[in-house]
Amino acid sequence: MSLELVVSNISKSYSGDAILKNCSFTFNSSGICALMGQNGSGKSTFLRICALLEEPDSGEVNFYSEGRPVANDVSLMRRITLLLPKIGVFNTTVYKNVSYGLNIRKLKRNDIESRVEFSLDFVGLLRKKNQKALTLSSGETQRLGIARALVTEPEIIFLDEPTASVDMKNTEIIEDIIRKMKKDGRSIIMTTHDMAQAKRLSDRLLFIKDSQIVERQD
Amino acid sequence: MDSILEGFTQAVSLIIHLDPELLKIILLSLEVSGIALLIASTFGIPAGSILGLKKFRGRGFVISLSNTFMGLPPVVVGLFVYLLLSRRGPLGFMALLYNPSAMITAQTILVFPIVTSLCHSAVVTVDPIIRQAALTLGATPFQAALTVIKEARYGILSGVIAGLGRAMGEVGAILIVGGNIAGYTRVMTTTIALETDKGNFELALALGIILLIISLLINIALHLIQRKGMVRTIR
Repeated sequence: MSLELVVSNISKSYSGDAILKNCSFTFNSSGICALMGQNGSGKSTFLRICALLEEPDSGEVNFYSEGRPVANDVSLMRRITLLLPKIGVFNTTVYKNVSYGLNIRKLKRNDIESRVEFSLDFVGLLRKKNQKALTLSSGETQRLGIARALVTEPEIIFLDEPTASVDMKNTEIIEDIIRKMKKDGRSIIMTTHDMAQAKRLSDRLLFIKDSQIVERQD
Repeated sequence: MDSILEGFTQAVSLIIHLDPELLKIILLSLEVSGIALLIASTFGIPAGSILGLKKFRGRGFVISLSNTFMGLPPVVVGLFVYLLLSRRGPLGFMALLYNPSAMITAQTILVFPIVTSLCHSAVVTVDPIIRQAALTLGATPFQAALTVIKEARYGILSGVIAGLGRAMGEVGAILIVGGNIAGYTRVMTTTIALETDKGNFELALALGIILLIISLLINIALHLIQRKGMVRTIR
């Protein structure tokens, strides 16, 4: 049972400037879809709207499960997740950051512990689980964000510029993690301004050009 | 100079020998200010959090009002509470004037705006990304708001401690509504004022020393909390 995302004719403007104009998009498969565009082209806005963090001025974002529409409420928000470029680290330990999503779902302590440790191990941060999260490097912080998102086992993961502020070594590590996520059957929609990265990782490539979504066919 | 030194020596002796009168005054001070702080925080923290998190009509006005009330002159609050609780006042039937309840009421009014304003400041300075991150992880709007408040915890605690400082050092309001009755409503600050007037410096000095120690402890606590809140980024 996987979620299908259907975006229909969404438009969004800020202070009178149209960022997105009648954009439509459907995503219903596991794998990676990369969204490219220049800075300020509306990639992040598009992703935030898809992840239900922001509302479009017009148009609709709908999710379907087995062909049936899913209500846009907290239970849907718990089936998807968005990793923001600045991930929003909570001022506590690495472990408590990652366990946050499970605690608010009121899971059992043992279950939380095993899932958090698995996620931290997945991104290579297990040995830092008791460290204050705000003392991590930018690359580690980005990996923490992935672990925090992944631990809730979302059906669709939105990644907004996951390697924008990290060095080459951490870019490689994060790309490996994204590949592992894909191998595990996760559905990922990510933005990037790096064409080579988009080609390396994605199964499907979209561009935002002149406020509209264009799909690259090849 | 000699009288000051003598007063100081006697004050130290009162402290060392745990003079019963001195102890009673200290305990009443802590009780009155502690309860006032508890009540003010119970209402002030949620009020400050709502001001920091919710956008509503008149919010700016309420914030300005709260900030203005932070500097309320204690004697004005004392007068206001006195008029409310005096026999001919609207709450006169409760017979609260000249007892510790009146003092707690006055101090609560003084501390509430401090806790509210500083809590509001602490909550609004939390990066908006924290709330968004909580929502992306599946938090309900209420859980996301609690997460923001939790992130502001060190600032909120600083506000509570600043409120305690205000309550402990306050004299004007409790003097008016408490009446400074020996063994009943006499607290540290009012005793210092009275004993200084009478020229009995030893008890006044002893209480002054203790007030300074309490003030120092409050400041140390504040410093430790602020230091704990600041995490040094190592890279």
